[in-house]
Amino acid sequence: MTLQGVRWTADQVLALAPDDASRKAGSKLGAAGPWSEAGSCGEGTVWGLCKGSGSKPYRTVVDIADAAGPAYKCSCPSRKFPCKHALGLLLLWAAGDGAVPPGRAPDWAEQWITGRRERTAREPAAGAAGAGPADPEAARRRAERRAERITAGATELEQRLADLLRSGLASAEQAGYGLWEETAARMVDAQAPGLAARVRELGAIPSSGPGWPVRLLEECALLHLLDQGWLRRDELPPDLAATVRSRVGLPGAADGPPVRDHWLVLAQYDTADTRLTTRRIWLHGTGTGRGALLLSYGAAGRAPELSLPVGLAFDAEIRAHPGSGQLRAALGERFAAPAPTAVRPPGVTTARAAECYGEALRDDPWLESVPVTLAEVVPVQDGEGWQLADAGSEAALPLTPAAVTRPGLWRLVALSGGAPVTVFGECGHRGFTPLTAWPRDGGELVTLC
Amino acid sequence: MIRTSAPVEAPAAGAWEELVTTALLGTDRRRPPGGAGREAPVALLDAAALQTVRRRAGLRPAPAAGRPEPAPADPRPPLPAAAARRLALLLADRPGTGGGGRRGTAPDLMELLPQWLAAANAHGYAPAPQALPALLDAARGRTDLRPAVLAFAGPRALWLARLNPDWRFALRAAPGGSASLPGPEDTDRIRRLWEEGLFAERVALLAAMRARSPAAARELLAGTWAAERAEDRLMFLDSLRTGLAPEDEPFLEQALADRSRNVRATAAELLSALPGSALAARMAVRAGACVAVDHTRGTPTIVVEAPHECDASMERDGVVPRPPTGRGERSWWLGQLLDASPLDTWSGRLGGRDPREIVALPVADDWQGDLHAAWCRAAVRQRDARWARALLGPPASPGAGGPGAVSLAERAKLLGTLDAGERAEWVAGFIAAHGLSEAFQLLGVCAVPWSAPLGRAVVDALNIARDAGSYPWSFSGVMGLAERCLDPAEASRLDALMAVPDETEDTSPGAGGYWAEAFQRLVTTLRLRSAMARELDPAQPG
Repeated sequence: MTLQGVRWTADQVLALAPDDASRKAGSKLGAAGPWSEAGSCGEGTVWGLCKGSGSKPYRTVVDIADAAGPAYKCSCPSRKFPCKHALGLLLLWAAGDGAVPPGRAPDWAEQWITGRRERTAREPAAGAAGAGPADPEAARRRAERRAERITAGATELEQRLADLLRSGLASAEQAGYGLWEETAARMVDAQAPGLAARVRELGAIPSSGPGWPVRLLEECALLHLLDQGWLRRDELPPDLAATVRSRVGLPGAADGPPVRDHWLVLAQYDTADTRLTTRRIWLHGTGTGRGALLLSYGAAGRAPELSLPVGLAFDAEIRAHPGSGQLRAALGERFAAPAPTAVRPPGVTTARAAECYGEALRDDPWLESVPVTLAEVVPVQDGEGWQLADAGSEAALPLTPAAVTRPGLWRLVALSGGAPVTVFGECGHRGFTPLTAWPRDGGELVTLC
Repeated sequence: MIRTSAPVEAPAAGAWEELVTTALLGTDRRRPPGGAGREAPVALLDAAALQTVRRRAGLRPAPAAGRPEPAPADPRPPLPAAAARRLALLLADRPGTGGGGRRGTAPDLMELLPQWLAAANAHGYAPAPQALPALLDAARGRTDLRPAVLAFAGPRALWLARLNPDWRFALRAAPGGSASLPGPEDTDRIRRLWEEGLFAERVALLAAMRARSPAAARELLAGTWAAERAEDRLMFLDSLRTGLAPEDEPFLEQALADRSRNVRATAAELLSALPGSALAARMAVRAGACVAVDHTRGTPTIVVEAPHECDASMERDGVVPRPPTGRGERSWWLGQLLDASPLDTWSGRLGGRDPREIVALPVADDWQGDLHAAWCRAAVRQRDARWARALLGPPASPGAGGPGAVSLAERAKLLGTLDAGERAEWVAGFIAAHGLSEAFQLLGVCAVPWSAPLGRAVVDALNIARDAGSYPWSFSGVMGLAERCLDPAEASRLDALMAVPDETEDTSPGAGGYWAEAFQRLVTTLRLRSAMARELDPAQPG
């Protein structure tokens, strides 16, 4: 167990909230009023009694010492996790104004903590014994059957693309969304979710404003390239073949060699569609200089489980997913709780950022963007849009149209005040999406997403 | 989309255009290069894939657009970190972001924002730049917050507001930025801004000048007075209310002859607030003729003889001849004469009595209501604390609770003429005697945080209301005020009230639980306010 030397900030606590409603409810409970007998101990336990609507107060305990992330226990009936009481308690503790004094945990809190720590100490052993597929032969047959289905799906998709090009993209505008939805459903049947997602996106392009034929042709061509990659995957170099497999939608295990480093959390943001919330977390290895992307999923409307405090660094191992040009990784063992760091990722010019994207396409031609840190750039208004202009030259990267509509843009502009700032974000063919910024004077990081 | 600043090979760009055209029309209509028949679409897709990756890999930065002028520096010290986090929480709690319905035990964060801003401005802190968008958004939705938000947000907020049309209001509120108002020695710029500025700029200039040097502002206005439009004259005249002094009399006297009736009325009102003015003396003569003490009765009694006509000289002094519907002409004229007469003259007129004795005199023929109401208006206008005290009476007197001659709204205004301590004491006495049901308006004029006696009176009265078995939402207005105005130091005295009391026969079902909840919210809010104050003043021990 590590000593919890650092108090968290309110932002870090609020990032743990499973949804907006709990975030709001939790922040209202983050004041001393409803709490009594609250306390914390150096070993990383925070506890307190929260007065609710009933006659008995709720007992809330949080174990923050675990490097794998905090654990919560509360006697309230809420099924949200962590509940608003746990969030409120952590906020109270984070405020550090003496409402959560150091002390000895009461018995009810102590019992749970001890029980939990014993359980977690036992669990890894049990997990290791149960690993590995039960029947390798059956697993191989299942994988073969799935590959056959995907091949059939890719062949059918090739046919549909050829039909579309034969009659012309102009006809796609009239055919509307239904045609693509049906094709996407066929790809889901073929167990190729990657192809299905791309097909669904094709359907939205004809109504996406001026220049749509160019975008539609680009995406059709890249889909065709992916189909061809799958159909001839045996002829590809193994790394590229792995990239094709993951782009098509086959799950791959993160089996790269473990890389241990102090990982700085650069950005964390969620995107949601009707089925799924996807959380993307960008890491920067402060020792290795490597970038890594962690993905975590949650059911629609629920926050994904993995949450890391942006701006802090933590000592951990990650393992890369297979495939050339892939930054995706899985988080392995964590050795210490996140702590502040003075390290910032080294920045590049806008010209170098564009080159980075070009070079990355060599390994993965389907790549939408690459993570880049721009040093010394100024946000500049350009008609309806915005750019990030190099402080030292006349070059600028435009922001993506989506980034211009987000509230984060104005935080970036305010932070800059017309002076150069350092900006981390995703640089791709649509433009630059700013995610995090640092002021020039060495001040703290500001999240933009 | 990033523009390719210079295509590597010109023909490649042409080849791509060709591919797009062919794809739009379809290979059945237009043959793509390097393929025909059944293979044509595939050949087109192959070529397009190659071109797409090629185009994306070759992207280069675009030329930079014109750079903005850097934001002006903000010399104020930055907020302490804890206070900056608190601000973020207060701003995140925007109305409409969820919740609604019953208020529960959690504090109403948005309601605390005005206090927070006032305290931060008093300390002279600057916000973190990244907090400016949320501050401006909050001020956009709530006009009452704008002055405090803009003062706190500082020069960078105005710089930012020029870039986003949503925040234009910030530029309107501070024409050209408050910093650009000319200094007192800069007479040329003042003269030019006054003569050439927009209406809003001129009003702001006049108000600023008036606060700094009343005489200079008046001379500025007098210089262009004849050329101003009537509506503008009214607005400008109104700004003389600040720092009104006997020296303004000649100018106001001249405005009594104005073409516009509204301007005349405002000039008369301002003159009547100067008890030494000639207009006030004329009015005192007129009013004195209407009110007298009749010694022929058993007890001395005030008799009133309202004016029989409104002559031209009265009209010139701002008396409006036509009463509103439902009001008798003579009582209407009387009211206006009494409003404008200096209160000091009554003592001599009514047998050397002091205000308290005068108010205590019986009034014949149902004139008491009109007479006392007019004196109330005069006491407020002339800011006469002695008369206000007399008209208010002792707070515990039965008349003060019922529908007496002096309404609650008039009392609230009269209280405004007393100093903060006396005001709080009077309201505390009123609440102790009459409970909370009519106290809301009176509490609104008391200084924040409430003084100890006033706070204690409110808490005791809430406690009595709870014991009487009523529901807390009957007092939600006072509860809300208490959350914002009670001294946070009182929180510890309230702990006992947070428990859920036992239900007895005469309480409303469930009321005890709701009261406990309301008191919890009160205590939570008070603790939060004291935490807010501590965060803004880290040097002070908590």
